[in-house]
Amino acid sequence: MAENTNIHENYKRKKNKEEMKQQVITFALMIVFTLIAFGMVMADLSKLFVIPVLLVLAAVQVGFQLYYFMHMSHKGHEMPALMIYSGAFVAFMTVLTLSVLIWW
Amino acid sequence: MSTAVAQKKGFGAFIWDYLTTVDHKKIAHLYLVAGGLFFLVGGLEALLIRIQLIKPDNDFVSAGFYNELLTMHGTTMIFLAAMPLIFAIMNAVVPLQIGARDVAFPFLNSLGFWLFLFGGLILNCGWFLGGAPDAGWTAYAPLSTVSPGHGVDFYVLGLQISGAGTLIGGINFLVTIINMRAPGMTYMRMPLFTWTALVTSTLILFAFPALTVGLFLLMFDRLFGSGFFNASMGGNSVIWEHLFWIFGHPEVYILILPAFGVFSDVLSTFSKKRLFGYTAMVFATTLIGFLGFMVWAHHMFATGLGPAANSIFAIATMAIAVPTGIKIFNWLFTLWGGTITINSAMLWALGFIPSFTIGGTTGVMLAAAAADYQYHDTYFVVAHFHYVIVGGVVFGLFAAMHYWWPKMFGKVLNETLGQITFWTFFTGFHLTFFIQHFLGLMGMPRRYWTFLPGQHLETGNLVSSIGAFLMAIGAIVFVINVIYTSVKAPKVSGDPWDGRTLEWSIPSPPPHYNFKQTPLVRGLDPLWIEKMEGRKGITPAEPLDDIHMPNPSILPFIMSLGLFIAGFGFIYQVDNLSYLWLVILGMGITLGCMLTRSVKDDLGHHIHKEDLEKEGAEQ
Repeated sequence: MAENTNIHENYKRKKNKEEMKQQVITFALMIVFTLIAFGMVMADLSKLFVIPVLLVLAAVQVGFQLYYFMHMSHKGHEMPALMIYSGAFVAFMTVLTLSVLIWW
Repeated sequence: MSTAVAQKKGFGAFIWDYLTTVDHKKIAHLYLVAGGLFFLVGGLEALLIRIQLIKPDNDFVSAGFYNELLTMHGTTMIFLAAMPLIFAIMNAVVPLQIGARDVAFPFLNSLGFWLFLFGGLILNCGWFLGGAPDAGWTAYAPLSTVSPGHGVDFYVLGLQISGAGTLIGGINFLVTIINMRAPGMTYMRMPLFTWTALVTSTLILFAFPALTVGLFLLMFDRLFGSGFFNASMGGNSVIWEHLFWIFGHPEVYILILPAFGVFSDVLSTFSKKRLFGYTAMVFATTLIGFLGFMVWAHHMFATGLGPAANSIFAIATMAIAVPTGIKIFNWLFTLWGGTITINSAMLWALGFIPSFTIGGTTGVMLAAAAADYQYHDTYFVVAHFHYVIVGGVVFGLFAAMHYWWPKMFGKVLNETLGQITFWTFFTGFHLTFFIQHFLGLMGMPRRYWTFLPGQHLETGNLVSSIGAFLMAIGAIVFVINVIYTSVKAPKVSGDPWDGRTLEWSIPSPPPHYNFKQTPLVRGLDPLWIEKMEGRKGITPAEPLDDIHMPNPSILPFIMSLGLFIAGFGFIYQVDNLSYLWLVILGMGITLGCMLTRSVKDDLGHHIHKEDLEKEGAEQ
């Protein structure tokens, strides 16, 4: 019994350590991304290049935020994930159609 | 304990009880009464429309009043009758079907109801304050932005407030179904009505924001001089059409899916069979919900989107016939080989299948974009959507009321009167709307207040009007049935239909904590499983213990009243800026209530184990 608890404790500690590591890495990455974003705008690169890259960086940061800081990767978060993706899909479809069908 | 309180209560206490209730079963009663009243009002408007069209060149009502009638008929029936009645059934049934003691957010549940009611009242105030909305239930810009008077303002503010209530209700049911299922109730063991309630709530969550945004833009155009839909100021009126239908198309699935769920439960109970193809039914439900978001532009084929967009939306629309077809066949196979009992609830379900199939068929016809240029804005469209909404949603609501009435009120609705209702309403419905297909094909446009003699439209319109009166008789017989039942009918047991799902395992009407002990669900149709194994009730999942229940609160009522007052302020500040005081007063009341709710802890109360044991001994 005592041994069991010990194994469990060990596992939890290891997992927490792992997660902490991931959080620090993503945090660092997010800072780097932000610096890149500001750098690109300040460097006066072509808009055609900067805007898509900014959007990609933003999307990745949202992913980091959701999965590493808001625990969407953990068990029991399938339903919120499904809802977020469906909502994003509906919003995307709406914006896409409105921009394609109206602002010609 | 609860019975002792009930005996002492006077009329005032009874009213206060309902004003402050957060119990999902009582909120179901509120939705039922309010939705039922609005249904009668909408029906009266329909009758006036049909009297006006009973003969050519009629002048029973004026053209302007006719516009108000048709606008308010559509708006009332969709937003103030069908939606709340769906919510009534969902409130009454869903927590019981998943083995929960209440919804996830009881306070929000009450707030959702009062917002809907006050929104509906604002909408109908137009009748007495210089003209109701008159731009059609779709309120297309620029007609709605230039419509004189305050009619359309009542539409905008009324729908905005009641829409907020619906959104709150939808989120509440989403969280309830996801988080509050009893032990063992996996997703694939949920009764189909609960499944459809879940998908409907998801659709509400995603579709209503589009309406909210659209209404805000319209409100700013009308009340604050912006030009979102005004081409001369750089706006674009087609944006309204898109926003309205991005909401509006999912809205019709929001209405029909719970009706599908009702029929699935009713057909399986009265055929004494497990629902045929349960997994396929769940799949079809979610698929309809998913596809429902990709078809809105089929309402706009004649707007001029171009052949590419029209083709895409036409094909997406036709695709919906596939999951719907799956459902129709599964219902038929559920009946096949079953031990069928035919009573009022079952009659509505059986009447629904052919009626809705006709509506679905004309739906596919309308989806063919090229052919739609011919059908667009004719009575063919009117016939189509009444076939799906009356033949689907209203039949579903009648079936649900006959089926769950004993659960809600402890009494079975009178069978003879129920059958009279069905046959008059069913006959009247087909008389009214079947002929309208042909009126439409003959070229009669919708929304016109009169038609000319000598164009072969007389007979069709006369038949249609006669049918409308039959439907009215059916509805009146139903009201008589409700009164008769509540006075005369004897109390029945908790399980009058030999039911299959959890709600039939508890007394009727249920005690306010629903389940004394949370049930243990061991499969699909949990009560049936227990019956087949020779047990009387559901196996409990926990020992008898104290039950935690939420406290009643008057705040939702006052909060909604605040928005009601502010709504009038917004409408009338156009005429006189001093009406802004009403806005400040109303918003102050609402925000004050929100602050009170936030800072005051309300931890609910406990029903003690000893009291529960005592009640058990009395039964």
